[in-house]
Amino acid sequence: MDQQSSKHTIAALVENKPGVLNRVASLFRRRNFNVDSLTVGRTYKSHISRMTLVVDAKRTDARKMISNLFKLINVIDVKLVSSEPHVSRDLALVKVRSDDADSRNGLTLLCERFPARIVDIGPHYAIAEITAQEDVVEGFIEEVAKIGIVELVRTGVVAMGRGTRILDTEYEPAIPVAANGSAHQVY
Amino acid sequence: MLLSGAEIILECLLREGVEVMFGYPGGAILPTYDAMSKYPQLHHVLVRHEQGACHMADGYARATGKVGVAIATSGPGATNLVTGIATAMMDSTPVVCITGQVPRPVIGTDAFQETDVTGITLPITKHNYLVGSIEELAYTIREAFYIARTGRPGPVLVDIPKDVQNQKIEFVYPEGEIRLPGYRPPSSATEAQVEAVLELIQQAQRPVILAGHGVVMSGATQELQELAERAQVPVALTLLGKGAMPESHPLVIGMMGMHGEAASNNAIQEADLLIALGMRFDDRVTGNLKTYSPNSRKIHVDIDPSEINKNVKVDVGIAGDLKTVLRQILPGVKSVQHAEWLNRIRDWDEDSDERDILKTYEGDKLLGAQVMNDLWKYTGGNAVTVTDVGQHQMLEAQYYPHQRPATMITSGGLGTMGFGVPAAIGAKFGRPDEEIWAIVGDGGFQMTMCELATAMQENIKINIAVINNGFLGMVRQWQELFHESRYNSTPMFSPDFCKLADAFGMPNMRVTRREQIEDAVKFARSQPTAVLLEFVVEKEEMVYPMVPAGADLHAMIRRPKPNERK
Ligand SMILES: Cc1ncc(C[n+]2csc(CCOP(=O)(O)OP(=O)(O)O)c2C)c(N)n1
Repeated sequence: MDQQSSKHTIAALVENKPGVLNRVASLFRRRNFNVDSLTVGRTYKSHISRMTLVVDAKRTDARKMISNLFKLINVIDVKLVSSEPHVSRDLALVKVRSDDADSRNGLTLLCERFPARIVDIGPHYAIAEITAQEDVVEGFIEEVAKIGIVELVRTGVVAMGRGTRILDTEYEPAIPVAANGSAHQVY
Repeated sequence: MLLSGAEIILECLLREGVEVMFGYPGGAILPTYDAMSKYPQLHHVLVRHEQGACHMADGYARATGKVGVAIATSGPGATNLVTGIATAMMDSTPVVCITGQVPRPVIGTDAFQETDVTGITLPITKHNYLVGSIEELAYTIREAFYIARTGRPGPVLVDIPKDVQNQKIEFVYPEGEIRLPGYRPPSSATEAQVEAVLELIQQAQRPVILAGHGVVMSGATQELQELAERAQVPVALTLLGKGAMPESHPLVIGMMGMHGEAASNNAIQEADLLIALGMRFDDRVTGNLKTYSPNSRKIHVDIDPSEINKNVKVDVGIAGDLKTVLRQILPGVKSVQHAEWLNRIRDWDEDSDERDILKTYEGDKLLGAQVMNDLWKYTGGNAVTVTDVGQHQMLEAQYYPHQRPATMITSGGLGTMGFGVPAAIGAKFGRPDEEIWAIVGDGGFQMTMCELATAMQENIKINIAVINNGFLGMVRQWQELFHESRYNSTPMFSPDFCKLADAFGMPNMRVTRREQIEDAVKFARSQPTAVLLEFVVEKEEMVYPMVPAGADLHAMIRRPKPNERK
């Protein structure tokens, strides 16, 4: 568990096939697991995707979730990343008012205090990007809210164990993966 | 060898050792039906409703331990399988369902008879597939069989578009090991776990073994008996664990749970050690979890790691194959006595005996309990019984003790009415030399009685006992106990079951008095074809003991003793 919060972070390697996200989502729904955030992306192997899940330990038993994830045939490996030293990052894009000097200056100052930067600026609105630990992102959003947020999007947390804690797989699919990255293509 | 997708399907079934498949044709699966003429070794049974096909495959699987196969067309054919698939899922039985799908180019266009079958069955299958190309067809079917029968078995569905069935390819059977990186059924216990188990067994004064379906499925009956005998531990059975140990054995104390033996439930509540083997602490078995066996340490062995600590927190949880784990444990088990504990259980049994309706009933109606007892008696206790769901199912469990594993087939987890007749047909295909009895209520029978035609067409010899109480009996019992006898929608009109059997050309007999049972059983056994016996029984019989849903396991509603009655 993270020191300062009751959140668990779970990482899962899954086969990159259509419907796998659906299987995971269906599992959470039918077992009544609550998920704070879920991200999915490809890895450096075209047939493997990686998911990062954050759950509230008070509401969802991470161990139960992990043993149920293991039951899914397309889930290759699962780790409770937050039980060991790890790095975690969340990314947010925040759109704020930029139609007066005060808000522009306010945003610039905030971007100096936080690991954030302005990635788009126009006469009416600006977009700031922050990539940091979840709690830092939240702190940033709280501050930006004082200027006036009009739109916000977050990726959800991704995480990786530190040092020699490597989550990877040797697995090569039995049926060659098609160019579009799927063995079991849905037409 | 240049083969079509349809031929590849059948070729793969053959290589999996399939002998019989239960199904129903239609447009999207027609190429596969067409190819069947090239594979006469594969016997296809034409059912009357796809639900029946899945229950037959399930009954076949439970009777043999092999994978049962059901086939249906797309859309309504596939959706009709759903109840059967959910039934197999809840009881962990290995079934492979093959469904036709509309051709790939029209998937997603609401084409005629298109249904998202992999979507619908996702939560009720162990795994499912939509086959995307003929290249992956053979491998997928191999995987499906492998997944269905290994680890914690379960149903797997393979949805195959019609154009894939029609395509042709140079066929090479994919030999070699199956590579499923995310699929690693656990197998054995660690040394530390074995130590911990032995220590708990050693210390126990009042141990109880809870034996479930897993004992039967992993073939661990011998090991179970050895453990029980050596450590002198009484054995309580789940409904699906019936026959896991010979029920005449003095250490078997009977079924546990909602309609279990009082001795079993009391023993569980007073135990200082529960050894749960291949069972999953279903709510029908535990009652109120907060008061469940409060003073016991608990050992749980199950093939599925996610079952450990799911409902009941345990002291030692072992995810592994039960037979393997018991073999690891047995050498360290010392022989001990628990005479006092066993005596205490015997006292509870004697108390139950005094309440037994077979001994105390003074009315002149035929009772379901009498029917079960006499079926047991006149079949020498040696039949394979396949029940439906309701009072008759619980009465069977109470009054028909089984001596061998896999001789009582019933829908436990899902409690599927309509299971009995088709599952019995499937069981007979699997074990043609056994005497098979379908024991069904008048309600559940009417849900799948169309399969009588299947039994006659296939010339399959089963005996069907319809227990006719004129009610949806088990629901009526709940209404009597918990809804002040407001019998809403439970009294039931039924056709004349004997005339109905006549219409199917099936020999039949109606039994209204107990003295007729022996002759009726003789008659049924003497007929070469399927037979229907209708037992007209007391309308308002009750099944006791009963733990009301969610109540404490020891808070059983009991049948009063004769001297306690008003
Ligand atoms: C498909 C299905 N629908 C409803 C139920 C709920 N249910 C459980 S037992 C029962 C009554 C069964 O009546 P019957 O088949 O006559 O058997 P009996 O209890 O009288 O022996 C019902 C309706 C069920 N288990 N399955």
